Amino acid sequence: MRKMLLAALSRVLQGPAAAARPVSRVVVASRNYADFASEATFDIKKCDLHRLEEGPPVTAVLTREEGLHYYKTMQTIRRMELKSDQLYKQKIIRGFCHLYDGQEACCVGLEAAIKPTDHLITAYRAHGYAYTRGTPVREILAELTGRKGGCAKGKGGSMHMYAQNFYGGNGIVGAQVPLGAGIALACKYFGKDEICLTLYGDGAANQGQIFETYNMAALWKLPCIFICENNRYGMGTSVERAAASTDYYKRGDYIPGIRVDGMDILCVREATKFAAEHCRSGKGPILMELQTYRYHGHSMSDPGISYRTREEIQEVRSKSDPITLLKDRMLNNSLSSVEELKEIDVEVRKEIEEAAQFATTDPEPPLEELCYHIYKNEPPFEVRGPSQWIKYKSVG
Amino acid sequence: MPGSCSPLRFPYPLLHLHPPPSALFHSLPSPLLHFPHPPFHHFPHPPYTAPLRLNNVSVAGQTQKMNLFQSITSALDNTLSRDPTAVIFGEDVAFGGVFRCTVGLRDKYGKDRVFNTPLCEQGIVGFGIGVAVTGATAIAEIQFADYIFPAFDQIVNEAAKYRYRSGDLFNCGSLTIRAPWGCVGHGGLYHSQSPEAFFAHCPGIKVVIPRSPLQAKGLLLSCIEDKNPCIFFEPKILYRAAVEQVPVEPYYIPLSQAEVLQEGSDVTLVAWGTQVHVIREVATMAQEKLGVSCEVIDLKTILPWDTEAVCKVNRMLENHFSPHVSGSLSPLLASIGPWNLVGIIFVCVIFLCHSMVTVLSNYRWVKTFVTWLIC
Repeated sequence: MRKMLLAALSRVLQGPAAAARPVSRVVVASRNYADFASEATFDIKKCDLHRLEEGPPVTAVLTREEGLHYYKTMQTIRRMELKSDQLYKQKIIRGFCHLYDGQEACCVGLEAAIKPTDHLITAYRAHGYAYTRGTPVREILAELTGRKGGCAKGKGGSMHMYAQNFYGGNGIVGAQVPLGAGIALACKYFGKDEICLTLYGDGAANQGQIFETYNMAALWKLPCIFICENNRYGMGTSVERAAASTDYYKRGDYIPGIRVDGMDILCVREATKFAAEHCRSGKGPILMELQTYRYHGHSMSDPGISYRTREEIQEVRSKSDPITLLKDRMLNNSLSSVEELKEIDVEVRKEIEEAAQFATTDPEPPLEELCYHIYKNEPPFEVRGPSQWIKYKSVG
Repeated sequence: MPGSCSPLRFPYPLLHLHPPPSALFHSLPSPLLHFPHPPFHHFPHPPYTAPLRLNNVSVAGQTQKMNLFQSITSALDNTLSRDPTAVIFGEDVAFGGVFRCTVGLRDKYGKDRVFNTPLCEQGIVGFGIGVAVTGATAIAEIQFADYIFPAFDQIVNEAAKYRYRSGDLFNCGSLTIRAPWGCVGHGGLYHSQSPEAFFAHCPGIKVVIPRSPLQAKGLLLSCIEDKNPCIFFEPKILYRAAVEQVPVEPYYIPLSQAEVLQEGSDVTLVAWGTQVHVIREVATMAQEKLGVSCEVIDLKTILPWDTEAVCKVNRMLENHFSPHVSGSLSPLLASIGPWNLVGIIFVCVIFLCHSMVTVLSNYRWVKTFVTWLIC
């Protein structure tokens, strides 16, 4: 009885605020950005050289801003590719889809070392490059789903994405390399100190037209960086079974070459800076081999495990994943924190979700536009459809 | 004799170049009219059930249910077992090929006879010509017909002309090039092309396109046996879709012989490959809805084609996948001769693939020419 009276008395004395006061307080941790380092220096793998006295530097400086930017870009590409995988399995994306996950360090590293006014051309595994060259994720996903908001207005699809100074996106293997040399010639001709990065894969490296291009580029000293993205498998064929010489960086013979660890973004960046400097100084073309790996199969119709083991894929994922490598570096050197990177992850996921939403709800291009852009013509002309009573207008 | 056909009767709807009467238009299979979701397998594939007779000799023996790629495998298996010089090579053929056409052959015959090449079509065909020149049987696979263009120079300038330029001293007749052909609906620009017209312009090679598993095995074996370099296009949409009872033992369907699938008297429909099944359906519909009796011909060999079977037409409707301008129609028309063109010739090209478009720059020419014919 007495205890009850005491409790009632104390409650009255505390006043009305007592009811509102929480029993326990949660202390919100405040992040102090002054805790992070502004930059760090890392040792990177030395590149193998062919016909070069000196190679790219063996140390690289990474600033906090750069690190966060690279992390965000690579994570965006990774999530975008996984989203494309999901959409393909839901049959929202049809046709062909060649995914780039695992190779993010290549495109982000290359972009970090060149200027937006430089030119780039690659083969069909082009989603990463479309993003780094400036196409927003929603336009890339809309292009994959064939909607008119896509970067090629829904008519190109996965393999044909284009952007400012990005020439695609080419379906036929190896056919883009002579084009790259042509772009390099134009760069030299116009004298604007621009270079052209011409990418191809380990499978394409055995095509004849590549060698024709090497000859032309070396003969005319074109500012062209030939980049072989060696992901060890040309569709289903491993490099040992396809190439007499798997030293792709030496295949240019008279063209100097560098072999670069393509899973380390800093390595790629430094090597590309070195190669860009080589071209800009007028020494002619140079060849880079980026040793990288793709987690998915060649395309969505390839499970990717009939010619390689799951253990191999797992091993690369655990030991050399480009995003994990960068994350570990940043965390170990106080360039960032786990929470900050998690926030970036959340942001990226949200962006991809919104883009996917756009890509699935945007309307398809109207049927009238089926035959546009065949020729550049003054007056629009009629194109016969599947029968002589179905006609489409072609506007150039 | 060419030209001696039944008296001219012009079924009115087929004559008009203006939008047709609604009866014909709306009786076309509706998927054909409604884009952008064209059908993939809207046409029926009636399997051949009667006993196969070739030159009036019935092909006896055990048969097995096979689809198109299995019949190709069977043909290649027969070849490798009978011909010790035969080799098969191409991109990814060792594990079975991207369409499973060479499954099991490497295990059975060894890696010396079934092997992968690197990614180099020009190299593959050039290499194949070299193998064939020595007398060995070379069966080269180009992964998709769309990729055959780097090899175009080798085929046209080397393979086709070898016998002629050496005065019959050398030849590469034992070369056969196989390639998946034609549209599937989701192939886009580079997995859908039908390039037979490019090769139809080239004397010295043979171009063959089967319509079904039974035809494919017989025609492929004939191509391999033939003493001329052959290109064998396999309709990829039928690889799994077409199923028939196919003899396990080898048999040969003669090249350059078209097959009349259905006799008719009013109009002749000519096609090859997948399109044969579409026009069979069209012929049935024309009979039911318009009372038009159609003769359906499967051309099979595009070059050199069966001039006798085709030249007897009076009114012909030709149907193919490839672009309209200078499609395989032109050489066919040229061979028929002007006196057989008394009547109307229509070209009906049906595209099943989104991105295959036609530049009809000479449509006006065709219309003018045809109007001249009528008047």
